[in-house]
Amino acid sequence: MNKIFLIIQREYLSRVKKKSFIIMTFLGPILMAAMIILPSFLADWSEATHKNVAVLDETGWYYEKFKDQENISFYHVHNDLETDKEKALYEKGHILLYIPKTELNIPVYAELFSTKQPGLNLTSYIKNVMKSEAENKKLVASGIDPNVIKSSKVKINLSTIRVEEGGIEKKSNTEVEVGLAIFAGIMIYFFIFMFGAQVLKGVMEEKQNRIVEVILASVKPFQLMMGKIVGIALVGLTQFLLWILLTGVILGIFQSGIFGGDSGMMDMLSQNQITSSTPTEITAGDPFMMVSEIISGINFKVMIFSFLFYFLGGYLLFASLFAAIGGAVDHDADTQQFMFPVSIPLIFSVAMSGLIINQPDSSLSVFLSMFPLTSPVIMMIRIPFGVPIWQIATSMSLLIAGFVISTWMAGKIYRTGILMYGQKVNYAIMWKWLRYRH
Amino acid sequence: MYALEALNVSKTYINHKALDDVSIQVAEKSIFGLLGPNGAGKTTLIRIINQISVMDEGRILLNGKNIKPSDTALIGYLPEERGLYKKMKVGEQAVYLAQLKGLKRVDAIKELKIWFEKFEIGSWWNKKVEELSKGMQQKVQFIATVMHRPKLLIFDEPFSGFDPINVNLLKQEILNLREEGATVIFSTHNMASVEELCDNIALVNKSKVILSGEINQVKEKFKPNIFKIEYNISGDLELENDKFEIVSSQQINGLKSSNIRLMNDANSSELIEKLNSQCEIKSFNEILPSINDIFISEVEGNDISTIY
Repeated sequence: MNKIFLIIQREYLSRVKKKSFIIMTFLGPILMAAMIILPSFLADWSEATHKNVAVLDETGWYYEKFKDQENISFYHVHNDLETDKEKALYEKGHILLYIPKTELNIPVYAELFSTKQPGLNLTSYIKNVMKSEAENKKLVASGIDPNVIKSSKVKINLSTIRVEEGGIEKKSNTEVEVGLAIFAGIMIYFFIFMFGAQVLKGVMEEKQNRIVEVILASVKPFQLMMGKIVGIALVGLTQFLLWILLTGVILGIFQSGIFGGDSGMMDMLSQNQITSSTPTEITAGDPFMMVSEIISGINFKVMIFSFLFYFLGGYLLFASLFAAIGGAVDHDADTQQFMFPVSIPLIFSVAMSGLIINQPDSSLSVFLSMFPLTSPVIMMIRIPFGVPIWQIATSMSLLIAGFVISTWMAGKIYRTGILMYGQKVNYAIMWKWLRYRH
Repeated sequence: MYALEALNVSKTYINHKALDDVSIQVAEKSIFGLLGPNGAGKTTLIRIINQISVMDEGRILLNGKNIKPSDTALIGYLPEERGLYKKMKVGEQAVYLAQLKGLKRVDAIKELKIWFEKFEIGSWWNKKVEELSKGMQQKVQFIATVMHRPKLLIFDEPFSGFDPINVNLLKQEILNLREEGATVIFSTHNMASVEELCDNIALVNKSKVILSGEINQVKEKFKPNIFKIEYNISGDLELENDKFEIVSSQQINGLKSSNIRLMNDANSSELIEKLNSQCEIKSFNEILPSINDIFISEVEGNDISTIY
């Protein structure tokens, strides 16, 4: 036991000390935090500059309707296009809105001159003002009071409520869940491949270096294989936990610095209790509150626990297969033919994710989330939509059984292959090794 | 008592028998040569002794007791296929290998410092293995094999790839270790390289031990009874044909040299008497076969004396 600990220690430390690990550890959270922060940050930033808009309205219909906004001021100009353009754009550095005279009953055409990108908020404001004004004019022309139309408008908010056993009601919003499902599925896929590949590389390195026989004079082949697999798993877990921690820290800093106060992403993320509320409460809330409520409706404790479980289970299953491949082949080039069939279930799982998201409770989804080779990715996709406990328990038990069997098989192929040099390996030979009694 | 005994060991791989009822006995504090051509089964036997492979039949006794997993700490093994982690630092790597052999970290470092000084490689401690030349790596590998002061040392093709200076250094160190009480097993197809070191040998061919015993006795058994004599003579030698046969003769710089075989219980004293009366003897040596010669004649089934 002491020896396997030594192997785990070496595998772990030699990787954690690597520059690439340290870079990935810091780069990951920065990218993740950037993905969350940047869009709102950029939006804020582009709105921040104040814009002055000169309005040259030859129709006389609209100029009075433009009101100063938070970052936009409007003023009227009365000369011709060329003069005003010269003045506004080049002398003052402003923006010119030109609404030309038209033969149509209601003018619906305008031009916006600017030396820089005018920004989405400005163009959409102008469009909105002109649109509602033109519509009103049309209604009036048809003899309809615009106020009647306005008061007859309704907005429908449809909330889907999933009723669980025991009558607990949970709001669900598919968009947020789809996002989480895809994110979790891809992360599992990525983690299994990234760290599984490290196992393959590590085993091949030992075989190609010819150090393996020196080591095997001290430890059992199975100890060496498991030590490597477990050591690399700990590297993966360390990376994952550091990512979560650092992403949290970065978001925390930005939240207190930019969003200010207590209404930030992290608050929403930290609320992980299941809330039950009535539909009327939701529709009453503003959209921001709705997202917040939905996120808090997803059980993050379950998400993180099952992510760790399926990462470890899936990793152990695939890493042992990768270890067997690494032990069997002599050269990097020979790994391809064996890597491909092992990778298929993982790639297939990701390819199926669309189907699973559309029908998370279909019998195909349930089957794939039970089958050990596909369950790590598929179950992680299903979990945000809510999965009965018995299904999670069955899937987890099958995954444990799966990696026990795969580790046992891999151990047999590994221990024969690792000392075999110059042997052109194929499936028939591996099958013989598998049945070979040691 | 024997340091190591292999008793009727057999091992079959998927399509061939690697060891067939092989037995060897290695006396304590001796140097034992496990000799044979490539593919004879030497490495298989050594892997079984190191518990890397498992035998199908037979027993391995270490110091008279059945070998057990914890005994790996008592054995130092330098495999034929040997290497080191390229990216790992030399000292760190040696400490790791020592720890796997059961040494405590502190003791490993202490022991390694002594060896590194002895081999004058103390300055390499913090170098990465990939920065070292092949000869340098071999020194590190040798240290890694012996640093836990094992009672039994096994070297598989120890001198292949070493330069002559390192070979001498290694031979000297191995003899020192024997002096300190270690038992040594050499496995090689290059018999000349270890002949002078070995007390006992076993010849392995096609999965079987075909010859074993103390090296001098083996040579005695196979000696062709031929003496090489250098002498000055005016005419020709006259010897009794039923007792002495001149196998070959040649003249070099006026000095005559002949190989003479003794037959029908004639002994060397008789030959000297005969020669003394006829010529001036410059030198008189018995030709002893090399292990290599013995091996070739045994494998090919020829009479060894036809070689001379």
